[in-house]
Amino acid sequence: MSKFRPITFYSSQPADTSAQYQLLPFRFTQLDDSRYVATNIAGEHIVLDPPTLHAFVGHKLPATDPAYITLRARHFLSDAHSRMGPDLLAIKVRTRYDKLAYWTGLHIFVLTLRCEHSCPYCQVSRQSEDKEAFDMSKQHAERAIALALSSPNPNIKIEFQGGEPFLNFDMMKFIVETASTWNTKLSRPKNLSFVAATNLAVINEEMLDFCVAYNVDISTSLDGPKDLHNKNRPRSGMDSYERTISGIKHVRQRLGRNKVNALMTTTLASLPLVKEIIDEYLSQGFNGIFLRPLSPYGFAIKTKFFRAYNAQQWLKFYDDGLDYIIELNRQGVDFREYYAATILAKMLTCQDPGYVDLMSPAGIGLGAVIYNYDGTVYASDEARMLAEMGDTTFKLGTVEDTFEKLFTNDTFLTALEESFAYSSPQCNDCAFEPWCGADPVFHWGQQQDFSGRKWESEFCQRNMHIFKGLVSRMESEPFVKNLFMRWANRC
Amino acid sequence: MLKLRGRVSYRGSRDLEPRLLQVTENLKFPHALRGKRALLISHVPNQLSSIPEGFGAVLLRQESFLQDSALGVPLDSGVYVLPGDYSYLAEGDIVRLSPQTESISVIFRRRTPNNSILLTDRCNHYCLMCSQPPKNVEDSWLLEEAFELIRMLPGDTENIGFTGGEPTLYGDGFISLVAAAKANLPHTSLDVLSNGRAFANDEFAGKLASIAHPSLQVGIPLYSDDPVTHDYVVQSPGAYDETLRGILNLKRFGVRVEIRIVVHLQTLPRLVQTCEFISRNLLFVDHVALMGLEITGFTRANLDILWVDPYDYRDALSQAVNVLRTVGMNVSVYNHQLCVVNQDVEKECRQAISDWKNEYLPVCDDCEKRAKCGGFFSTQIMHKHSRHIKPFR
Repeated sequence: MSKFRPITFYSSQPADTSAQYQLLPFRFTQLDDSRYVATNIAGEHIVLDPPTLHAFVGHKLPATDPAYITLRARHFLSDAHSRMGPDLLAIKVRTRYDKLAYWTGLHIFVLTLRCEHSCPYCQVSRQSEDKEAFDMSKQHAERAIALALSSPNPNIKIEFQGGEPFLNFDMMKFIVETASTWNTKLSRPKNLSFVAATNLAVINEEMLDFCVAYNVDISTSLDGPKDLHNKNRPRSGMDSYERTISGIKHVRQRLGRNKVNALMTTTLASLPLVKEIIDEYLSQGFNGIFLRPLSPYGFAIKTKFFRAYNAQQWLKFYDDGLDYIIELNRQGVDFREYYAATILAKMLTCQDPGYVDLMSPAGIGLGAVIYNYDGTVYASDEARMLAEMGDTTFKLGTVEDTFEKLFTNDTFLTALEESFAYSSPQCNDCAFEPWCGADPVFHWGQQQDFSGRKWESEFCQRNMHIFKGLVSRMESEPFVKNLFMRWANRC
Repeated sequence: MLKLRGRVSYRGSRDLEPRLLQVTENLKFPHALRGKRALLISHVPNQLSSIPEGFGAVLLRQESFLQDSALGVPLDSGVYVLPGDYSYLAEGDIVRLSPQTESISVIFRRRTPNNSILLTDRCNHYCLMCSQPPKNVEDSWLLEEAFELIRMLPGDTENIGFTGGEPTLYGDGFISLVAAAKANLPHTSLDVLSNGRAFANDEFAGKLASIAHPSLQVGIPLYSDDPVTHDYVVQSPGAYDETLRGILNLKRFGVRVEIRIVVHLQTLPRLVQTCEFISRNLLFVDHVALMGLEITGFTRANLDILWVDPYDYRDALSQAVNVLRTVGMNVSVYNHQLCVVNQDVEKECRQAISDWKNEYLPVCDDCEKRAKCGGFFSTQIMHKHSRHIKPFR
């Protein structure tokens, strides 16, 4: 039998054992006192202890070190044994940005500002019977439909918002029917879908029939158990919870159980109740929850709601909630936290789920665009809330403008460019940049700066904390790593 | 284990060239076609006074047929007396008969769904666990024979495989063979086993893709996410990069690719990381196969640096499968008995061992899951298998 060569022959050929290697683009950030997280340009990560990191950066890591082998396999370094790193990284980065070329997919129509709820944290709604003043007109709607259908994206989702969009049901019908008809006349019809963001308080059989007929999905608000929900979301009769719950059941029966999802908002009153809120979602048959902080816009600021708790308090709420959800899964309940799942998809796969707040280039305009009730066009939902406070920086124009004019708006393009995290001060050095996003509207609102001073930014504080928490939890336990892999891949 | 090739005793002219013949048991087979048939005689009918003439060859089950009935040896075709090993031979099978070396090779069996065609013994790898050790010999006649075989195979053949050695060493000859397979057997799926390195050349990968074979899949081994380990296992420096580039090129051109990982002592330490690497970098490949060792060829010589009891790595195997399953890849476990894997991978375990070398242990007779279990390579039964084989009851 012929001779086989030992592995030392291959490890020493053609590079020598003094490990001559090149660093590929990567960044590192301290995870805790004894560990660093390093990420490559495609968002893959590795946790290293300080001596290993120092040796690696100093080109002194021996090729026989297990960390060396992993760093090479994950394309943090390149040596004579393999030159595939840059090519594989390029494929992964290209995959990550692939969706950008499609341009805007989510088109939000604000049908009315009127609402029969009077939630103190709401950004925009009005208690008014004046349809003229706060409802979208047919003429504006037609122009907005034409704009939505002229996006290059093959998948167009039209979302109805308010106020309470079902208070302007006639306009919803008009838009769904018109958009559907016009779509069939396109040379390449879009994959067109609809969703209505509603509190479900005023929905009736006629409306449900329509949703069934045209596949309109439902997105509703559920803040937690009855007392909390009704406190957060007052309406005359104080029966918001009862109406929401019976609405959810009704919608599921008519449209199917996956056709309704719910969003929660965290208020000061929510802070001690994270388990109760999650239990409420569980008992209402949801498969997950999106633990969301208050946005610093609109009435939330006016009523001092936003400043009612700080980032640290919210993060404790979030951490407790996430740990509770992990525990639920350990007991065999398939339930997830959607914000974590979104980030995990960016950490553990090459796909960008396209969540507007965690995109870079920023998701404003590119991820979603808003057609307001009065015909103005904003770059995001937050942009219109900022406008309600008197700051119209992110107004792209009006529905009378052409698609090209709206999306080449100078301020918009400047905001995208200045906030692009990869080249933004501090983000550029941050290991978490591949998982994070640019939020120029938030930072403009808070700091009058598209990019933002990151050490004063709650956006940055909040996300840094969550990134570190997700990495630590995965590192501590194989069960959590497997659970997070599943979340990442079904996001 | 079925014996597929070996010596036979031959009576007849030694001047005849080796050739491929299709087996028939029909004594009255039309004369016009007899030249391409080997007549298989399992018993001598009473009325038969002489061996029918005109057949390409005659295969006798027993030598006594010649003495007992005084059958003459036809002048135009040789007579081969088959040892008992070939009792499985049946109508429609294809054999290669070589008068000079007095040998038979069973090339194609109708009854099996997995017929592999060996194209060469030459290889640019020298894998530690090669089951078909390479020989540096001039054997391009195997390629010529494969072209002929493709013209002979029944049109309803479900699947064939091209194997080696390294089939792509023929370069354009290999491309022509795949094109011939598509032209002659358009409904037959084709599995090629290759180390993929030839496809690092864009042009070569493009040529294979441009044939547009409707159901071609190239099975390519990637033994580690660590280039040093991969190069060591295949005993060839630089193999890792060329194989990876080959996989990328094939997928870029839209050819189906299966990644094959043999699990042994050298690949096991990074098995999970390798699957993570695949899930992150090669998500677009069509199938990943995690395979147990066949105890033959080089594996026997290197058993001390290869063997690890599958029972002892069952958790790593579960995790490797879990990684690939979670990202939505198609994954299969081959050559692992159900009693040595965790229950969570039973769904991925396939019965993948070719029938001619597939066996079970006596203890398996009582096992409830035997029908679902892939069993053993005959060589595993002979030389090495898990210490933890236990029937389910």
